[in-house]
Amino acid sequence: MHEPSAITPDLVAQHGITPEEYARIRTILGRDPNFTELGIFSVMWSEHCSYKSSRVYLAELPTRGDCILQGPGENAGVVDIGDGLAIVFKMESHNHPSFIEPFQGAATGVGGIIRDIFTMGARPIALLDPLRFGPLTKGKSRYLADGVVAGIAAYGNAVGVPTVGGELCVSETYAGNPLVNVFCLGIAPTNRIFLARASGEGNPVIYVGAKTGRDGIHGATMASETFDEGSEERRPTVQVGDPFKEKLLIEACLEVMETDALVGIQDMGAAGLTCSSCEMASRGGTGIEIDLARVPRRETGMIPYEVMLSESQERMLLVVRRGTERQVMDLFHKWDLDAVIVGRVTGDGLLRVKDGERVVAEIPAVALAEEGPVYHRPVRRPAYLTETEQADLSGLSLPEKLDQVLLDLLGSPNIASKQPVWQQYDHMLFCNTVVEPGSDAAVLRVQGTRKGLALAADGNGRYTYLDPYEGGKLAVAEAARNVVCAGARPLAITNCLNFGNPERPEIMWQFAEAVRGMGDACRALQTPVTGGNVSFYNETLGTAIFPTPIVGMVGLLEDIAHATTQRFKAQGDVVFLLGETREELGGSEYLKVVHGLEVGRPPALDLTRERAVQQVCLEVIRAGGVSSAHDCADGGLAVALAECCMTTPKAWLGATLTLPGEMRPDALLFGESASRIVVSVRPDKTESVRAMARRHGVPCVELGMVGGDHLMLRGQGFSLRLSVEAIHWAWGTGLSRALK
Amino acid sequence: MLEAQIHVTLKKSVLDPQGDTVRSALATLGFPGVTDCRIGKFMLLRLAEQDPAKAKTQVDEMCRKLLANPVIEDYVFRITEVAG
Amino acid sequence: MKWGVLIFPGTWSHQDFAHVFQDVLQVEWGYLWHKETSVAGYDCLILPGGFAHGDYLRCGAIARFSPIMDAVVRFARNGGPVMGSCNGFQILCEAGLLPGALLRNDSLQYRCRWVHIRTERRDTPFTRTSRPGQVLKIPISHGEGRYSAPPQTLAKLRSNGQIVFRYATPDGQITDEANPNGSLENIAGICNEGRNVLGLMPHPERASETLLGSEDGRVLFEGLLAGALPR
Repeated sequence: MHEPSAITPDLVAQHGITPEEYARIRTILGRDPNFTELGIFSVMWSEHCSYKSSRVYLAELPTRGDCILQGPGENAGVVDIGDGLAIVFKMESHNHPSFIEPFQGAATGVGGIIRDIFTMGARPIALLDPLRFGPLTKGKSRYLADGVVAGIAAYGNAVGVPTVGGELCVSETYAGNPLVNVFCLGIAPTNRIFLARASGEGNPVIYVGAKTGRDGIHGATMASETFDEGSEERRPTVQVGDPFKEKLLIEACLEVMETDALVGIQDMGAAGLTCSSCEMASRGGTGIEIDLARVPRRETGMIPYEVMLSESQERMLLVVRRGTERQVMDLFHKWDLDAVIVGRVTGDGLLRVKDGERVVAEIPAVALAEEGPVYHRPVRRPAYLTETEQADLSGLSLPEKLDQVLLDLLGSPNIASKQPVWQQYDHMLFCNTVVEPGSDAAVLRVQGTRKGLALAADGNGRYTYLDPYEGGKLAVAEAARNVVCAGARPLAITNCLNFGNPERPEIMWQFAEAVRGMGDACRALQTPVTGGNVSFYNETLGTAIFPTPIVGMVGLLEDIAHATTQRFKAQGDVVFLLGETREELGGSEYLKVVHGLEVGRPPALDLTRERAVQQVCLEVIRAGGVSSAHDCADGGLAVALAECCMTTPKAWLGATLTLPGEMRPDALLFGESASRIVVSVRPDKTESVRAMARRHGVPCVELGMVGGDHLMLRGQGFSLRLSVEAIHWAWGTGLSRALK
Repeated sequence: MLEAQIHVTLKKSVLDPQGDTVRSALATLGFPGVTDCRIGKFMLLRLAEQDPAKAKTQVDEMCRKLLANPVIEDYVFRITEVAG
Repeated sequence: MKWGVLIFPGTWSHQDFAHVFQDVLQVEWGYLWHKETSVAGYDCLILPGGFAHGDYLRCGAIARFSPIMDAVVRFARNGGPVMGSCNGFQILCEAGLLPGALLRNDSLQYRCRWVHIRTERRDTPFTRTSRPGQVLKIPISHGEGRYSAPPQTLAKLRSNGQIVFRYATPDGQITDEANPNGSLENIAGICNEGRNVLGLMPHPERASETLLGSEDGRVLFEGLLAGALPR
């Protein structure tokens, strides 16, 4: 690449900088920027790094709580779990890179989120991957899904961080823009959390890890543009991940953290060296001077602009105490990693970039990291809502064979067993996995304590499309319900907000409403937001995806013995439904799979009721005698009950159950009313379950008993009977059948 | 009979972690003289097509569509006559 | 009795073995870094799972040249017990301490799941306290675990009784269905002619506590812990 001789309005526009933004840059600098500086501003002020469209809304989310040690603003959130331990977690998107090159896009997404976690001093112990694709029968979506899953497996397995759960949903809405969100959780001693701060004037700045190439230049601005016909041509920006190098970085950085040498540390992710250096200086209230001539390079002829903007993977930037350089370098060399002093902390608040003796950029660090533009973009309620909300579902034809409908739903890709996917991921490493993928939440024990952690990821794009506010609420509520069903108290969330182009008022309105809903639910359920990620511009050829906020929820089990799964355990156990079923078919999986409709309003969610239902479930689990607990969600009560029967093959456990309620049978069976949990308990515990539900004012109905090798469901105007073997076949082979 | 010999390698500008790791392993083993190592795939295809020019067009298309990933890989091939 | 757990760059199961030795079995153990050149002071060596050197080129191909491997080979030739699990098995094969090779799974995909393996031989230091034909519930986690060997090697393995574990159904039947990766004759683990070097694809360290779903894997450690070895 050659440096252009002049900064023209065209060049500024190509960098995604508006004339107003350019005027601000000139005010900050007191002059025109040079080419390198223009590049630096363009990535730091891009939507991806600056959150310029979302900031005003994100500020409304609750971020404080008793156990929150670090909220948004650092590489990841930190939550105290007692016993001197803290958990560090975050979720991010890698949608755009995965669309361009699915294998490497997903792989580097995993690598990036893992770096965010060990940067804080935590050992990464678990990954979750919520994924969204177009229908898998379509060639392109299939190619993307295969590539993404293989990329996650290749990177996560090799680097040695188990993938303990996630989601896979398919819908036409994601055909032109898949979603690849990645969640990582780590564990650290509470007194040894590290922050991405540069302090102590004169302290050396050390560059560690892979050499710098031209990978991913302008990755950050790419994520801030929508796809068009030419985006496949923009492919040379693809980064390649090296999980082996990342494993070495994890071990070496954690070893450095055990010494007292480290002052601050940040990984070079989006916007690479630029972002890590100016953010560390800005947070530390200092400046940083770096010399690009010392940066290890993989390619020749790179100009300063390229070195500053490169997104080569597996690189870290450290600030260490003066005098410890030798000790730190030796440690990295033990792990065969390149480590080079590239600069020092200064007191002038500037990011000063030199190439040898020549200063090639000089910008106030705070201006880049904190003083980016903030927009109150116009909002407008989308017109489609009038139509979807008015859809009359009362005239919907009732399918004749409800048992076949149940089998169809169980075999549909969104409900069917995801084992074909998660068996490609190591989900057992570290000997913590007490509940494997496939139940409501994964449960990990916390070694050295009696405690456990429950992890779940959730988000329903269809609900959010039909009512963004309710969709945001429901995502939080369902994720919380998932960890409650595993026996855990919901602690806190991270989120990944996947939306279309925020410059369109309808998209901005969806975003504002969804965030408002999430905030209300987080406040009601006392699960603060510890950080996350916003991914805008998820559009192809002007069509946005369903607005898809995804919640990563972490819950705490005080006693790992309370870990509970969704599957029935013993003949003779009594099955209860906590919560209430209403005639709500809007936005349901049933409506989509059977009637091909995505209309109506999503199920109504009363947050007080939600909290009470969760409270009852937790209390009955803690009191002992609960064999299983399962959230009713996609596919409704009938699907939830069928899933409870998915026990060990050939040792089937069915149930004979009566579903009370006066409404259309399909609504009773497949409607997705919120705040419902199915529990099965030992027969001697039935009275205490009823008493606890009464005390919290939660409806609690005895449905029947576990036993036999058939699932029998009876109710007003219907009766269906299916062998558990048939249910298991439909559910177990659904995904592989969809992939054929 | 015509045979296509195809080499697929990562593009020069794309990081090759495997090649780098092998290069440093060779250095450790006492071969410090290897300045670069790139690892790729080698494929041999037997073709029914008799005409070398047509075969070339076909193989080129195969490479672009399936055998190489144009996002990150380059390919070269040659077509030779072999004993059936 | 002190266990040595080897760490190559890219190894990841070492912590799990350490956890089992420290917290579950409460025995003496220590880590051995791959750049070390002596294994003095250790009574049994473990080569754990992971992706040593990224598994680049071939699984185990680069790790076998690590400085410590000379000491491991000497230790094994002198009859010292060595167990390689998963990637450790692959390294032992590349190092020539065990015959055969581990190829890509027949599914062409990584597999992490519970399997059952049948104990075929009790005349190794690792399996001597197991029951005849004991079936172990134990996890696998690998992309390249399909055991392969030329016919004459396989015949020799058979006649010498070197096939220690086979993938089986929960009730001990050797079937194609029970074979998770296409291994020849359902082979999950083999030993050398001296019977002191064992390689297996499954992870015994992940099956050492009931909380995690099985403690069947402990039998592989208990054989050695049960007392002095008959030589």
